[in-house]
Amino acid sequence: MKAFADLYTRLDATTSSNSKLAALQDYFGSATPADAAWAVYFLAGGRPRRLVPTKLLRELAIQSSGLSDWLFEESYQAVGDLAETITLLLPLSEHTSTEGLTPWVQDRLLPLRSTPPDQLVSTLLPLLQQLDRASQLVFVKLITGSFRVGVSRLLVTRALATLSGIDAKRIAQRLVGYTDISARPTAALFERLVAVAGDDVQDVRDPGQPYPFFLAHALQTDSAVFDVQLGAPSDWQVEWKWDGIRAQLVKREGKIWIWSRGEELVTDRFPELAAMAAHVPDGTVLDGEIVVWKDAQVQPFALLQQRIGRKTLGAKLLTRVPVAILVYDLLEWQGADFRQQPQSARRQQLQTLVALCGQPQMQLSELLHGDTWADLARQRDRARSLGVEGLMLKSKTAHYGVGRTKDVGVWWKWKIDPYTVDAVLIYAQAGHGRRASLYTDFTFAVWDGPEGVADRKLVPFAKAYSGLTDVEMRQVDAIIRKTTVEKFGPVRSVTPTLVFELGFEGIALSARHKSGIAVRFPRMLRWRQDKPLAEADTLNALRALLPASSGGGVVN
Amino acid sequence: MDLGDLVIARPEGLYCPPGNFYIDPWRPVDRAVITHGHSDHARPGNGHYLTATPGAPILRKRLGADISLDTLTYGEAINHHGVTVSLHPAGHVLGSAQVRLEYQGQVWVASGDYKLEDDGTCAPFEPVRCHTFITESTFGLPIYCWTPQPELFADINAWWQTNAANQRTSVLFCYALGKAQRLLSGLDPSIGPIIAHGAMGPLNQIYRDAGVRLPATHTMAEMSDAAQLRRSMVLAPPSAQGTPWMKRFGDYADGFASGWMHLRGTRRRRGVDRGFVMSDHADWPGLQRAIAATGAHRVFVTHGQVDVMVRWLGEQGLQSQGFVTEYGDEEGVKDSDVAGLKLEVLPA
Repeated sequence: MKAFADLYTRLDATTSSNSKLAALQDYFGSATPADAAWAVYFLAGGRPRRLVPTKLLRELAIQSSGLSDWLFEESYQAVGDLAETITLLLPLSEHTSTEGLTPWVQDRLLPLRSTPPDQLVSTLLPLLQQLDRASQLVFVKLITGSFRVGVSRLLVTRALATLSGIDAKRIAQRLVGYTDISARPTAALFERLVAVAGDDVQDVRDPGQPYPFFLAHALQTDSAVFDVQLGAPSDWQVEWKWDGIRAQLVKREGKIWIWSRGEELVTDRFPELAAMAAHVPDGTVLDGEIVVWKDAQVQPFALLQQRIGRKTLGAKLLTRVPVAILVYDLLEWQGADFRQQPQSARRQQLQTLVALCGQPQMQLSELLHGDTWADLARQRDRARSLGVEGLMLKSKTAHYGVGRTKDVGVWWKWKIDPYTVDAVLIYAQAGHGRRASLYTDFTFAVWDGPEGVADRKLVPFAKAYSGLTDVEMRQVDAIIRKTTVEKFGPVRSVTPTLVFELGFEGIALSARHKSGIAVRFPRMLRWRQDKPLAEADTLNALRALLPASSGGGVVN
Repeated sequence: MDLGDLVIARPEGLYCPPGNFYIDPWRPVDRAVITHGHSDHARPGNGHYLTATPGAPILRKRLGADISLDTLTYGEAINHHGVTVSLHPAGHVLGSAQVRLEYQGQVWVASGDYKLEDDGTCAPFEPVRCHTFITESTFGLPIYCWTPQPELFADINAWWQTNAANQRTSVLFCYALGKAQRLLSGLDPSIGPIIAHGAMGPLNQIYRDAGVRLPATHTMAEMSDAAQLRRSMVLAPPSAQGTPWMKRFGDYADGFASGWMHLRGTRRRRGVDRGFVMSDHADWPGLQRAIAATGAHRVFVTHGQVDVMVRWLGEQGLQSQGFVTEYGDEEGVKDSDVAGLKLEVLPA
């Protein structure tokens, strides 16, 4: 545990990628394969199923520190991280454990999940007392699952590539699915990750393993310069940018696996897609978007959300909220890696395949055509009414790359501008991580009546915490402290003085929100220091943005 | 509030009615007792200043050689309008003092800023018995518990040693008054040259003049050998971070020394390689110990975690309440602290 905690400390102690890389290489170079296997798992974002309910963990910390609840809560608010708070309040330990990561994870961490709640304290405290402070922090972080130390999956991949002399893309390929929630890293798995294999040697892999996703770059220039920047529209495959769940559908050995973009196995969530197994030929991997599909039309994302996170999918829900996968790429065909084929060839084969399968829950993502970029820009203007996010532009010669790269061709996402409203900040809460003890998480409101109405009130409708620069964050934090009216636990209400332009991607009616409206991905676009409070937007202005089909619109 | 209170909060600062003077006022007044030389406690424009003898050169440096300034040695008492005033070591920085006031049998002590650990660069904190204690609360949460200074210096020197071996200059950001000299006193000069930013030179001299042993320091102008520069330790004020002044150090390693570095969030926000947890304020156990040692039944809490401390002390059976002050900006003191605002009034 000590070696892994030292790695964590080293990674945490530097902001330089090269130093992090060196730290990773040192660790992987000296760790046993079993320890390295677990280290890769955690560093690449793997999280076991919840081991100890957060509530119990808090109780344990309160009990062991002898503090009252409120004092623990105040401490947590200042630290902004539960694991760190708990560690800081533990009594100093004189011990340190040089035992490896594997026994600590397999024999102590994972069994916590099946430990009865009333035995947790008596189990956990002696464990923690065997560890030095740095190891305690890491161990508690592994329990809470918030193990992040500024290392990307890509960096882990690079470290393993340097160490093993194997191409980083190949490592990335082998790493796909490694951190899935049901995965159990082993020495054998790690050895497979870094095994030397020539081009003639096929990597051994699980039959369900997908490919790394190819990711698009945001296109932020004006369409007037596309001719210069992108060339003719005829060089590009143009599609809608769907608003759903990006997924790969893998069909091998008679079975279907569905992977989300976060490399989570989500097959069980979409039984109607898994049911296509008999109709999709073996040795096929498709890339596409899972959406709610009714009457040959994409339905709002809000509907799809009703299915995400449900543990059990009743027949009723499946009928009411049926999904389809809109496929747009073919990564494997007849058992062979198809990613080095040009986009246009992959598309052609994809069309043949979809026709061959003839499954209503597998639809082809349609192509758009335009003679000029201006023409395509006009079509893009329809995006909002169609419930899509804009257009995708895929170079017809592009191979299917690994991650957000441009080395084998490029995909652009050409999104429509977000919805915007000017809203008033009314509540603030301290942030987490590097925003700890700074008021950075805000609740925003709009007026419930037009200017001039004497008793109009501010109605909260959205929470947002991103979009400010560090300097703005500090300024806003200072204003919040000065204008605080009341404190409710960690939340402060403030005298309304701050107006922000909020951007968001979607808007829908919602019975769960006071304002009756829910917005998607709200964030701060701009601090409107020029805008008087009275001129912030109204609820009616917000309702006017609702799609006509939702039964919204302006209410008097 | 009792009419008989020896210290009350006024818009200008903490005020002693029978003595008709202020303690660390934030607006200009006629008579000010100054606990120490940090800019949020010692402000310009007062008619007359009283401070502890070792702090006098700091005040003159900061506020001007021509200020009207009287001094008291630690423990020495004067009588002012019937109030007996004496100053006692607070262990915060050179010349820092707690102010003891005695009037008609009542004893009050205003702590200013203080810490309990003897750091070797200023007179160590001395508990003073009193009826009413006015305490700071900068680190008034149980999460704050400091590592003893020898361990800290070992960490810092090890970091410097590693950087020097890799031919990387070490840059350690710290406040020019107090922290810089405390760091200097613990640096191991056998590792390499020590460079002090221009803002620190005069203050280092004041410490040396007061008999504090500090290793030799160089100015940038004296550093002509590039190889020596890569082995050196640079002490610089936080305001130097990200400025062109830093460019001369090439690919340097940087660190920040402050109590706020105790939290990972603040450390990451600061954007330096290493955070060293070194504070000139009392940690949570220190605050508790200091308050208990005064024997006071009534405690006023100023700047920092006021609400937390007031509630906690109340739970311990003490009569406690908060004073609103303008030392730092409310709880935001930590950010102005981290941003180095304390320093900006010092000549660069």
